[in-house]
Amino acid sequence: MKLPGHASKLALSDEILMTIEKPARYIGSEVNAVIKDKEKVDVRFAMCFPDVYEIGMSHLGIQILYDMFNRMEDVWCERVYSPWVDLDKIMREKNIPLFALESQDPIKDFDFLGITIQYEMCYTNILQILDLAQIPLKALERGEEDPIVIGGGPCTYNPEPIAEFFDIFYIGEGETRYRQLLDVYKENKKNGGGREEFLYQAAQIPGMYVPRFYDVSYKEDGTIASFTPNRENIPASILKEIVMDFTDVPYPLKPVVPYIKATQDRVVLEIQRGCIRGCRFCQAGQLYRPVRERDVETLKKYAVEMLKNTGYEEISLSSLSSSDYSALEELVNFLIDTCKEKTVNISLPSLRIDAFSLDVMSKVQDVKKSSLTFAPEAGSQRLRDVINKGLTEEAILKGSAMAFEGGWSRVKLYFMLGLPTETEEDIRGIAELSNKIAATYFEVVPKEKRTNPVQIVASTSFFIPKPFTPFQWAKMCTKEEFIEKAHQTKRAVLEQLNKKRIKYNWHEADVSVMEGVFARGDRKLADVILKAYKKGCIYDAWGEYFKNDVWMETFEECNVDPAFYTTRERSLDEIFPWDFLDCGVNKEFLKREWQRALDEKVTPNCRMQCQGCGAARFGGGVCFEERSGHESTN
Amino acid sequence: MKVRIKFAKYGALRFIGHLDVMRFFQKAIRRAEIDVAYSEGFSPHQIMSFAAPLGVGLCSFGEYLDVEIRSHQGSEDMLKRLQSVCVEGIEVLSVKALPQKAGNAMASVAAASYQVAYKNPEKSFRGYEEKLAEFFARSEIMITKETKRSTMQVNIRPGIYELFIDEEGAIVMKVDASSAGNIKPSFVTDAFFAYAGIKTEPFELQTTRLETYLNAGTAEEPVFEPLDWIGEEF
Repeated sequence: MKLPGHASKLALSDEILMTIEKPARYIGSEVNAVIKDKEKVDVRFAMCFPDVYEIGMSHLGIQILYDMFNRMEDVWCERVYSPWVDLDKIMREKNIPLFALESQDPIKDFDFLGITIQYEMCYTNILQILDLAQIPLKALERGEEDPIVIGGGPCTYNPEPIAEFFDIFYIGEGETRYRQLLDVYKENKKNGGGREEFLYQAAQIPGMYVPRFYDVSYKEDGTIASFTPNRENIPASILKEIVMDFTDVPYPLKPVVPYIKATQDRVVLEIQRGCIRGCRFCQAGQLYRPVRERDVETLKKYAVEMLKNTGYEEISLSSLSSSDYSALEELVNFLIDTCKEKTVNISLPSLRIDAFSLDVMSKVQDVKKSSLTFAPEAGSQRLRDVINKGLTEEAILKGSAMAFEGGWSRVKLYFMLGLPTETEEDIRGIAELSNKIAATYFEVVPKEKRTNPVQIVASTSFFIPKPFTPFQWAKMCTKEEFIEKAHQTKRAVLEQLNKKRIKYNWHEADVSVMEGVFARGDRKLADVILKAYKKGCIYDAWGEYFKNDVWMETFEECNVDPAFYTTRERSLDEIFPWDFLDCGVNKEFLKREWQRALDEKVTPNCRMQCQGCGAARFGGGVCFEERSGHESTN
Repeated sequence: MKVRIKFAKYGALRFIGHLDVMRFFQKAIRRAEIDVAYSEGFSPHQIMSFAAPLGVGLCSFGEYLDVEIRSHQGSEDMLKRLQSVCVEGIEVLSVKALPQKAGNAMASVAAASYQVAYKNPEKSFRGYEEKLAEFFARSEIMITKETKRSTMQVNIRPGIYELFIDEEGAIVMKVDASSAGNIKPSFVTDAFFAYAGIKTEPFELQTTRLETYLNAGTAEEPVFEPLDWIGEEF
């Protein structure tokens, strides 16, 4: 008998697919993946998340842009992720060009390769993608046949360390300018224009940064002397792109559903963008200003439709601070009713712990199995004031008491070590707060009801100053300081009365230092990144593949001192590598906030009182809401 | 009511593992808006049972799963709904209602038939018909089964019910697929290739499960029928 379907068009042979881990990462064909006729489109766009499939498939931003592009008749957008190390090796040995999942066609034949840059530790993976795709790593070495390589995402707010590898960076939210960019691309192609002509025109579209059209000069001390356009009509400053009609902007109602379990294995409903809080360490809190909410009726409709279109068993809300969404109660109650009927689970991350959230959580999860999460970020009230984290000890203890009474017994706490002005006392505060929470349990839960012993898990990460935050001027700790601080925390935990109920975890210091270098780095780092990649550094975000010694050796070979980027004190008038970008929040506001931090002064959030950060220029969002004048409790 | 769903799996989706196929169907059933029954508790799951896991790389035109449903609008409606939410590579072939007493899909599996063919259409097993018949005529076919602790010699001949070369020049077999005596198709082909002196390259062959069977007869005199033979349209 003749059986259909043995042969299917896959870029990898059966032999390869049968010998690598999780072949489903590379075959495409997922539910809701978009297939078009490549002969009938004008632009082929490969959208890449430079990490392994399960991570990349969990990213909302790519789903949004994938959907947006594929709504355009003349564009076919496909996906590509980093091949895992096993396949990476085989592709190099056999000279197999990196391919897109949908068509399985080589990326090098596409018009655009879009790369979302979500964290600094993926920089070598970007080079891996380009290399496997057989595209020259440096933008200036690319020819007419090579795709235009365009970067986007939070790390493009300081793209300088990787500027050499990109033709364009799209600064800001992707929904606004791609149509214009593609039209310019098509028009240029029609007129017989080449790569350079296109990039020159692209650089004049708002939000587009084309690194080759800017020159940097440095002072003797290594800081920037000047950063200027080198061609006419190229803007000296680039303002981020932002969606102001947040309710009506297209949203992916039919997201691609992977076969293998992705990290985010659920419907994701983006309820708002931006955050009113203004925590001083938080980059997202500044980059995405002003807060824009999506209309609750629209969200209800989306939830139902997306559950139907994907078949997911779980739905999650996405935002930087869900508790600040003004119609949260209405939305959550709707979801509880709808989901109960459809036996869908609800996951509610980034919720402030209060009576409302505890009530909701008790309805949507098994209290015995779940834990409560607080992110005080700093151990003492003094330091929490420095970082403008409005959470008070009273609120944490009150929330914990309510939760313990409600049957919870596990609490997770997140802190940062190495924050500006931190003292030993602040560090001891981490242990003391953990202890007080444990003590609260014994106070409020009578002996006969203590079926699950209370467990406090305190985790610390190391503070990394980021561009466009009030702490962009701050000195970062050395690796040795970080490790000492972690030991201090550990010792302090061991001194507590309830030490047996407290578990303390801390993150690696090496990776934090590297992240700190890239976060505030400049163009001089490109050589280091390239050289480290050539020595075999990829998947730096994965602890088991991060090769600190290779990185350190490469810094030395390139004559670059990592401490210049991390532990150096920066003066208020220093020109930062990212100063030509404008995220809407002006530098004067950030300086004010930096000073208020040093003065240990809290700044009210956007809903309480406008601080004149500059984001009001976008003409919408929270900046133009009627203010009630008083603030709800934290 | 319990229904038995028959499906095929082929093409690129050969490379999706068994657990992923289960996850696919859990979602497909939701997309199809089938009124499926859930278990009780805080994390309710669909009451679902698969017949025989299919190895990664294999195609199949005879896969089965059982689901418990609470209401329906007939088998034709359910088939259409499921087909409309499937993807290229997983195709729902039929939906049948099971009688109260039917055992679950996995426990019901008694045998399966497979086709083993060269992927290269130029190559086939034509010419080996007699050799295969001779091999099948033996009373004993010993293979070495390796377990974690030991290796042992097993006679697989009693578990081979049919073995021939089809009109496409592919080897077709019907073998025991029960949990106690499951025979992988490669056990049979490896033994035959050794017997006939056939050398094959790795990954040169494509194995396809053609059908999964239950035993409608007795242990002594088995009568193999497709797994949904016991079900009826509704």
